[in-house]
Amino acid sequence: MFRFGVVYIDNMLTLERTREWIEFGDAVRRLRETRAVSEQGFSLRQVAARCGITPAYLSRVERGEVAPPGEDTLVKLAMEIGEDPDVLLAMAGKISSDLRAVILARPKLFAELLRSIKEAPDNAVLRLVREVRDGNW
Amino acid sequence: MATLENENLVFRFPQIEKDAIFSINFQRTLRIPDTDKTYSLPPGLGSFPVRHVEDFTGRIPASMTDRGGVILPMWQAEAMWLLFKNHGPDWELDFPVAIKIAAGKVNAVTGDPWRPGLHREPQDYLVSPEQPWLDGFAIEKGVIRQFVAMPLGDGYTPEEQLTGDAKWGGIQISVTPLKRAVWEKKFAAWREEQRHIHSRPFVECCDLLIDECSSAMGLAAGGRMKQEIYEDSFSLDDWDQDATDRVFVSLVHAKDWRFITGEAAPNEPPSAEEYSAAGLPWFDYYGKDQTVLHGSKKLANIKSVANIFKEQTGAQLAKSSDTAIGKTVKLGPGLDGSRTIMTSNDRE
Repeated sequence: MFRFGVVYIDNMLTLERTREWIEFGDAVRRLRETRAVSEQGFSLRQVAARCGITPAYLSRVERGEVAPPGEDTLVKLAMEIGEDPDVLLAMAGKISSDLRAVILARPKLFAELLRSIKEAPDNAVLRLVREVRDGNW
Repeated sequence: MATLENENLVFRFPQIEKDAIFSINFQRTLRIPDTDKTYSLPPGLGSFPVRHVEDFTGRIPASMTDRGGVILPMWQAEAMWLLFKNHGPDWELDFPVAIKIAAGKVNAVTGDPWRPGLHREPQDYLVSPEQPWLDGFAIEKGVIRQFVAMPLGDGYTPEEQLTGDAKWGGIQISVTPLKRAVWEKKFAAWREEQRHIHSRPFVECCDLLIDECSSAMGLAAGGRMKQEIYEDSFSLDDWDQDATDRVFVSLVHAKDWRFITGEAAPNEPPSAEEYSAAGLPWFDYYGKDQTVLHGSKKLANIKSVANIFKEQTGAQLAKSSDTAIGKTVKLGPGLDGSRTIMTSNDRE
């Protein structure tokens, strides 16, 4: 019984992961194909070459057969297909290494901050962004 | 409000349109030869690093801290262009802004001293998204002189040539949104147009540790480049001048960047000759059928960096001989391609 439960949970986790890969791959393919409609140079082969990966690998990513690539490749891919790198990383269930470093440097402070604003509307969050100060000129 | 995000100055106007975003990116580039020849557009070689001035109080001149804004490093005789990006509620509908750019508080479009507000006759601002970038001082119809950094106090900048003073240097920027009512009308007209388009059969388309004078830089006038500055197609009253945001961008010598910020300065960019020899592209921009401004007589009379260098030293400025640039890449509405060349420093 216990063994059956572990296998069941394992299967559910695998299914969930596979579903996330498929959603991510669909999004990448949709963005790439949207650019390919209006611009040249966005075939699977051309985008893969500029990102430093093989067309076969990109094809498997787009079909959700493999996990999303690592951060460096994801950032290159985001810039190629016109998506914000942080958004594409989030779609892949990742967070950029610079943001991770920021949080890990002051974990308590940023954990409190993020929990306190998690339900806030966008315009309220934007008020927290540091403004460029104007001076005397 | 203006913010600093991934080396971009970002302006938002949520009181007018929640999705209105305008950003300015300071692009590194080649210095084009400073001769009588008029060059095509050089590439973008990635962003300059940009930082808040108040993070470095005590390591930059007090006058820079007092002006607020941001700082960025430039090598002597390094060139720059400003890349504009507009975003709106739909990828086909950008939120327009009027941008005023000055160097050393000399307006880059008219050559007049900086003054608040937008003006016509002559028009002293640019309108984006129609204007995708600005590379220099508007000296003639369809021609600018490239922005080139030189130490403030050596007599190179238009500020020094036109006012006799080397007080400000840097870049001054103001961004003004459309009035809410004008925007809503434009948005409604666009939505109506979209409704008609989509009702047709669907067709897929497309203290001073740093000496004030040794560190502060100003933008001088470099070589001649083909670039049109477009007339504003809105009425002056369409702009919401009460909502204008402004930023002072101080330029510091790249040799002092590590001392000021603790970060390595960017490497010096390649020369135009080295770039062309590598077979890399130059660009020409073809805008829509828009009226082009005539350029400023005041700015047409300023001396370029190479001319002043020769007057002061008797020698020719290094890396300033004419260069063959080969075939250019065409850019513009409806044309593919980008002027920026991706570098490994683009996301840091």
